[in-house]
Amino acid sequence: MATAVEVRDLKAWFGKTEALHGINMSVESNHATAVIGPSGCGKSTFIRCLNRMHETNPEAKAEGEVRIGGMDVYDVPAVDVRRRVGMVFQKPNPFPTMSIYDNVAAGLKLNGTRNRTTLDDCVERSLQQAALWEEVKDVLKKKSGASLSGGQQQRLCIARALAVNPEVLLMDEPASALDPISTAKIEDLIFELKQKLTIVIVTHNMQQASRVAEYTGFFLMGNLVEFDKTEKIFTNPSDKRTEDYITGRFG
Amino acid sequence: MTRTRFHQELEELKHRILAMAGMAEQAVDLAVQAYSQRDIAMCQRVLNNEPAINRAEREVDEFAVDLLAMQQPMAIDLRFILAVIKINADLERVGDQAVNIAQRVLHLVEYAPKDLPVDIPAMASKVRKMVRDALQCFIEGDADLAKRVLEADDEVDRMNKEAFANLSAYMQKHPDSAAQALDALSIARNLERVADHATNIAEDVIFWIRGADVRHHAGQTASRI
Amino acid sequence: MPSKFVQLRRQVTDRFFTGLAAGLSVVVIGALVAIFAYLVLRGAGSLNWAFFTQIQKPVGESGGGMANGIVGSIMILVIASCMGVPLGIGAGVYLAEFGRGRLGRLVRFTADVLNGVPSIVIGMVAWGLVVVQQKHFSAFAGGVALAIMMIPTVTRATEEMLLLVPQSVREAAFGLGIPQWRTTLSITLPSARAGILTGVMLAFARIAGETAPLLFTAFGNQFWNLSPGQPIAAMPLQIYTYALSPYDEWHRQAWAGALVLVLLIVGTTTLVRFVFLRRMLGGAR
Repeated sequence: MATAVEVRDLKAWFGKTEALHGINMSVESNHATAVIGPSGCGKSTFIRCLNRMHETNPEAKAEGEVRIGGMDVYDVPAVDVRRRVGMVFQKPNPFPTMSIYDNVAAGLKLNGTRNRTTLDDCVERSLQQAALWEEVKDVLKKKSGASLSGGQQQRLCIARALAVNPEVLLMDEPASALDPISTAKIEDLIFELKQKLTIVIVTHNMQQASRVAEYTGFFLMGNLVEFDKTEKIFTNPSDKRTEDYITGRFG
Repeated sequence: MTRTRFHQELEELKHRILAMAGMAEQAVDLAVQAYSQRDIAMCQRVLNNEPAINRAEREVDEFAVDLLAMQQPMAIDLRFILAVIKINADLERVGDQAVNIAQRVLHLVEYAPKDLPVDIPAMASKVRKMVRDALQCFIEGDADLAKRVLEADDEVDRMNKEAFANLSAYMQKHPDSAAQALDALSIARNLERVADHATNIAEDVIFWIRGADVRHHAGQTASRI
Repeated sequence: MPSKFVQLRRQVTDRFFTGLAAGLSVVVIGALVAIFAYLVLRGAGSLNWAFFTQIQKPVGESGGGMANGIVGSIMILVIASCMGVPLGIGAGVYLAEFGRGRLGRLVRFTADVLNGVPSIVIGMVAWGLVVVQQKHFSAFAGGVALAIMMIPTVTRATEEMLLLVPQSVREAAFGLGIPQWRTTLSITLPSARAGILTGVMLAFARIAGETAPLLFTAFGNQFWNLSPGQPIAAMPLQIYTYALSPYDEWHRQAWAGALVLVLLIVGTTTLVRFVFLRRMLGGAR
């Protein structure tokens, strides 16, 4: 029962506004952990702190400890952290001027890998892991990333993130812009990926959280209100606020 | 509060199950009264009302399943609907037991009345209170009242065992009244089954309110809740 | 449903404004066509092989051409582009990716002001910076003057095109652990390249026809010169000189020169866009 990500007293600010008030959480490795909560509760801010993407906003600041595999992410360069912690965003964002191949290889190529065979193998492996290989293997270099359908684009982004071999994959509402079938494919994917890496998924769709995640954390107004096994949260939560949220009494 | 329509439908579900409970309670009362008064017409009424109870059970089940599929209830709402489905089944069995009692009574009145060493009305009264309380704790969402129902079951069990012992002894002494004795024994057992169903209903209420599964350890766990 | 009168009024207004827009477009295009037609009318007759291969003949003799001017213009424009385009794009990249603070505002302001400086003043500045130091006129000095004129346009175009690239694309790159500089170079800039190219072409077209900045820098040259360190002929300069002269022969050559200059500018910009954009869009389809 190893811990992949250990968060201690994580606080975050946007300018003067405190968005996260001291979060403590342990994310289990090789499991999927869902982060749920109403709009504005800080769930996206939270996972963006895990790979230091929060800092790309010039007015943002974060404090506290985030340990991934024992290393405190705030002690090493942000670029190194992001190679170990991948991210998939809400709206699929393949690089518009690049082919499918180049998109998947971008993480490796732009960080120095030149060997053609290594790149080829990696692209194939990543696309297989993302369940996209069969659909695009014949047009890897002919089609641009942006010419795929929404669901395919998102799987392409997943493949791209997987290509750099991260230990942890952060997913910020990955299926919210997709149709039910694409969503189901991505959920199946998460199930497969868990065997090799740890997943933290932000979702506002509670049914999705209950389908894919073993653990769930409920955020409200910058606080982690409750964190427990998903079945417990959804059948008999300990905190009244959690219960009110999941039964739809607010939010 | 959001999800107004859903909460209205939960209320609707509650009303339907309580309507059904009313029918089941009434059936038992009528059957016991028929026993006391040896009234064939009353027995017939119990038998005639049974299809209505069965139909109500189907309707409640369908409605509950629809709610589960369409509204994706969570936590306490989910437990409520599951509890209702189970209570639904128990109430239908209660209706069945009332029918069994009525049939026993129809058989009994063909024989001469005897003074049997069993107080069916007293037992029935205790059982009626248990059913009442079980339904009351469902209406109020009162887990403490539910506990008391679980405890009352012991008394009914004791009365049933006593009836068995007394009637067995009676039959040995008066073999010609065996038929009546057996009918009475049967009725006592039917009442004991109704008490068990009331207990189940109380356990379902505890599951709904507390999220604790207290089935099958009623005796020991009731005190620990 | 609104009344018939209101409907009719709306239709009429609609048609009126559509017609007005169409009419104004026709006027604009008509003006362009008129200029072009007039140039062809006055200049085409003087175009011949000699025009493109010979330098000017002495006064009194007929014939000759603007070959040295054509070559000179090309040289000056190449020098100007080599300096102006990288500097302009560099400044544009700085402004778009890093220029949110005071320095950014200063750079932007400077570029806007520079844009409005009269071209002759820029020519004088280049004269002071280069010609005076080197103690002679040169193609290089002309290139410097034109480069200074190119920079604001290229900078603004680059900045605007880069800002149009959605932040999600940059975030995707950051999420992969790609550093900021690499992201800008390999991902953001390529995404904006079509628009940046347009900006560069616009700047190029503008400076190709400038005369004033070349007056004290390139200075002009009657004879052949292929050295960038020496004064050199340029088409706008020659057209200017010929037009102001009292000789008919030279007037005719001026018209021909004007036509050729316009053709060269239009031809270059069209060709570049055609070649580059084909390659860009075709490659990734």
